[in-house]
Amino acid sequence: MSANLTYLTIAEARDGLAGGDFSAVELTEAHIEAIGAAGDLNAFVTETPEIARERAAASDKRRAGGEVRGAMDGIPIVNKDLFCTKGTLTTAGSHILDGFVPTYESTVTANLIDAGSVMLGKTNMDEFAMGSSNISSYYGPVKNPWRGAGGKDLVPGGSSGGSAAAVAARIALGATGTDTGGSIRQPAAFSGIVGLKPTYGRCSRWGIVAFASSLDQAGPLTRSVRDAAIMLGAMAGHDPKDSTSAPIDVPNFEAAITGDIRGLRVGIPKEYTMDGMPAEIQALWEQGAAWLSEQGAECHEVSLPHTEYALPTYYIVAPAEASANLARYDGVRYGLRVEGDSLDAMYENTRGEGFGDEVKRRVLIGTYVLSAGYYDAYYLKAQKVRTLIAQDFSQAFEDVDVLLTPTAPSAAFAIGEKMDDPVAMYLNDVFTVPASMAGLPAISVPAGLDSGGLPLGLHMVGKPFDEETLLRAAGALETAAGFDALPPGLEA
Amino acid sequence: MSLDIETVRRIAFLARIKVADEALEPLAGELNGIIGWIEQLSKVDTDGVAPMTSVADMTLTQRQDSVTDGDCREDVLSNAPDREDAFYTVPKVIE
Amino acid sequence: MTYLVQGETGDWEVVIGLEVHAQIMSQAKLFSGAATAFGAGPNSQVSLVDAAMPGMLPVINGVCVEQAVRTGLGLNAKINLHSVFERKNYFYADLPQGYQISQYLLPVVGEGVVVLDMPDGSTREIGIERLHMEQDAGKSMHDQDPKRSYIDLNRSGVALMEIVSKPDLRSPEEAGIFVRKLRSILRYLGTCDGNMEEGSMRADVNVSVRKVGEEDYRTRAEIKNVNSVKFIQQAIEIEAERQVDMFESGGEVVQETRLMDPAKGETRSMRVKEFAHDYRYFPDPDLLPLDLTQDFIEGIKSDLPELPDEKKQRFMSEHGLSAYDAGVLVADRDTAAYFEDVAAGRDAKQAANWVTGNLFGALNTAGQSISESPISAQALGGLLDLMADDTISSRTAKDVFEIMLETGKDPAAIVEEKGLKQITDTGEIEAVIDQIISDNPDQADQVRGGNDKAIGWFVGQVMQATGGTANPGTVNGMLREKLKG
Repeated sequence: MSANLTYLTIAEARDGLAGGDFSAVELTEAHIEAIGAAGDLNAFVTETPEIARERAAASDKRRAGGEVRGAMDGIPIVNKDLFCTKGTLTTAGSHILDGFVPTYESTVTANLIDAGSVMLGKTNMDEFAMGSSNISSYYGPVKNPWRGAGGKDLVPGGSSGGSAAAVAARIALGATGTDTGGSIRQPAAFSGIVGLKPTYGRCSRWGIVAFASSLDQAGPLTRSVRDAAIMLGAMAGHDPKDSTSAPIDVPNFEAAITGDIRGLRVGIPKEYTMDGMPAEIQALWEQGAAWLSEQGAECHEVSLPHTEYALPTYYIVAPAEASANLARYDGVRYGLRVEGDSLDAMYENTRGEGFGDEVKRRVLIGTYVLSAGYYDAYYLKAQKVRTLIAQDFSQAFEDVDVLLTPTAPSAAFAIGEKMDDPVAMYLNDVFTVPASMAGLPAISVPAGLDSGGLPLGLHMVGKPFDEETLLRAAGALETAAGFDALPPGLEA
Repeated sequence: MSLDIETVRRIAFLARIKVADEALEPLAGELNGIIGWIEQLSKVDTDGVAPMTSVADMTLTQRQDSVTDGDCREDVLSNAPDREDAFYTVPKVIE
Repeated sequence: MTYLVQGETGDWEVVIGLEVHAQIMSQAKLFSGAATAFGAGPNSQVSLVDAAMPGMLPVINGVCVEQAVRTGLGLNAKINLHSVFERKNYFYADLPQGYQISQYLLPVVGEGVVVLDMPDGSTREIGIERLHMEQDAGKSMHDQDPKRSYIDLNRSGVALMEIVSKPDLRSPEEAGIFVRKLRSILRYLGTCDGNMEEGSMRADVNVSVRKVGEEDYRTRAEIKNVNSVKFIQQAIEIEAERQVDMFESGGEVVQETRLMDPAKGETRSMRVKEFAHDYRYFPDPDLLPLDLTQDFIEGIKSDLPELPDEKKQRFMSEHGLSAYDAGVLVADRDTAAYFEDVAAGRDAKQAANWVTGNLFGALNTAGQSISESPISAQALGGLLDLMADDTISSRTAKDVFEIMLETGKDPAAIVEEKGLKQITDTGEIEAVIDQIISDNPDQADQVRGGNDKAIGWFVGQVMQATGGTANPGTVNGMLREKLKG
């Protein structure tokens, strides 16, 4: 029974709880047990079984009294360690936040608590959300529950690697992640699950450790499109404490998944066909278009001419913003302090020791592109190219409702691969970054397996604040794909 | 535009990140690799294009002028690595 | 009137620009809801945003925006409908975010003008380059502990207006007049209390020198954080001398930041690494641009109080005051209001004299401000009324004034109590005069003999005999009649 409970979707658990098939406490205990058995994945920085039991008990008590807060009530989830959680260690995967216990709860995780959900723990992640493999975490790499040939350890993707691994390994029903250039969608694809990045401004950024302010967005990682819709509904909402939070209502996202996509116009951006793209990914992409057409959608080619410049633009804008956002990690008010004989020495020692290599690289790049004499050539130029990228999308969206692309240029790679050249690692985000630059909602749906038996995802992008159409399209894709493969050792 | 060691040293100081002398050159190499790659943006024609100010299509939210915050000394000091009663403390600064 | 530094090789002119940091009067900070009141216990007015905790975000205080616009209008400046907040990046212990949210390329207020009322009655226009909003930093204390500095973030995030003048000032005196005028305008507007001792207003002083006749500006040095008019003037004098000495001994003036040491009477270079001034400004991605409507500006404009320059013109035209007197009275809004209460329905010039002469004298001696005056405007007006209807002479009024200062009593009551009413009854006066004339025949002969000055002696005698209450005019007239026919 316990094992079955962790294989449910959120929607199924909701029904089970409503039907009295099991209690929230039982559901949570099953997950705590599963977590105990999955330590090898290193998916967690902090496990919070006591908090989980407390919240599960509270949920059952509410339900017994006739109060159910909604679909997420009693549902056990995990939170990426980038979300500040009151009273619980929050590290952002970094040494520099050693011992940091926030006295406040991020808006998104507070919304999830208000919705009745249960927190099982804080998940491991690339340090400060900078990465696409979870290799850069101070707390060590996360293993993808999917294994490579000969049982090789694979990356789960990043930066929300721990969240993706937990959901894929069936040790949490859902997870929060954040996505700046692909950090929800790419690990979702690598782990065979669904990952949704909403429109910029849909979820509040208050209380999320900031990486790149104009790009960061919170979103759910789940095992179905319906679950993603349910979880987003609980996470989203205007927050007056965030000046970039959109003053816009939260619709019923779940209700949008009608299964009917007749007449849906799907754009296939031609510039996403890239040199060296593996044939099976190209094939899956074409298959995806066919699946949608079979259900009544109209697919045709569109052009997003500035696509090739999205990644380099991202790697100017994001590091620039990060260089300023990470200036507060200085050893004065929280986290690690390494002493020095002067204030500057203390800063340099603390940050030199506290930040990992990838973070240092990006902070230095960011500092450089903003520095005197280079601002115009790099940062200002990048912001102009960003306008062009966004214009490409809005022009395309005059003729189509959603776009379909692959999520990643490969399946999960081995831990230790792609380490020699930072740029090689950056190329993982080639398909996901453009939507981030334009602030558009985007989702990855598991669509098939590669020849090595590893999951591949398909990626869809929607119009601003039109998560409803996006979810409807994704739901149809998911149904057609019928992806039901499980990581090894997890066959039901 | 290629970074030399002196530039890396300067940038590292601006960012207050200590880089050991022997690490400067390899770091310069890595950074140059990244900079070389992002330089392809110079090929894009951006004449007459306004830089993006925000993807959010909305106006700046404003707050009422009322005291709704602060008065939470323990909350702001509780994580301090070094403190003296009600103050944060840092190595002495000589002005 | 030109201020010059006399060097060995000739005369040097001083070029001064001021960057005034004025704390905006508001309940809460610029981007957080923590309080701004002065004097609170350390780190008790610090929100999570002010402490730059992970994940914190700024939200702008609408009143601070209004106050900045209001100030811009009071400086006759252009209000920019579109302005942008940028991050100014540097590391210091009192700057928790590692950047200050400020405005750089696109400030909320553009060029304006401040009119200085010079002591000789003339006016001089000083250009304002711009005004922008920015966060204040916290406070670090370096003398509490031998090895550590203490940090208090109460001030971190408080809203400041940075008001930048054009380099139009040419002397320490002008700089002082400028700061006082600016302070007066801000206090009139209610946008800054101008309290320099408490730190709500302070200035960075930019000084350069050049030979008389040179047209270009030479390199300037900046003296930071000067918090009194006296020190600003002193800093200019010291720095100008230092620079002239530098040039004349073959050296160069370096563009640098210096600190003023009033005790030693010198300015000191702040040894900062050369490139540390690379602030790497970029638009703050946590905020959107500030877009104001013309309606919003008009709304604030329509509510502006009468400002010093306007009020001064009105005092001159309506009340017939001289430029000097009007200027003195309008410098402080409360003083101007006090004067108008006194002058209402009365002789304005007389009111002006009594306020700027007698009252100011008394307040200065007691170290009191007009709002602490023991004599209310109403009471002073009453005193003027008693002179106007000849109840008392102006000489008596002075005595009554002193008693009013001490006792706070109403002038009419004092006159009653002390029997100070002027004797205007000619019969009574005549009787006294006749007595004194008959008692002093020699002096009477002197007057009759043509010595007019002796009349003064008689007047004095009559005033003495009447305890100062005889109407001097009447006495004088009557004496002349009797003695000279």
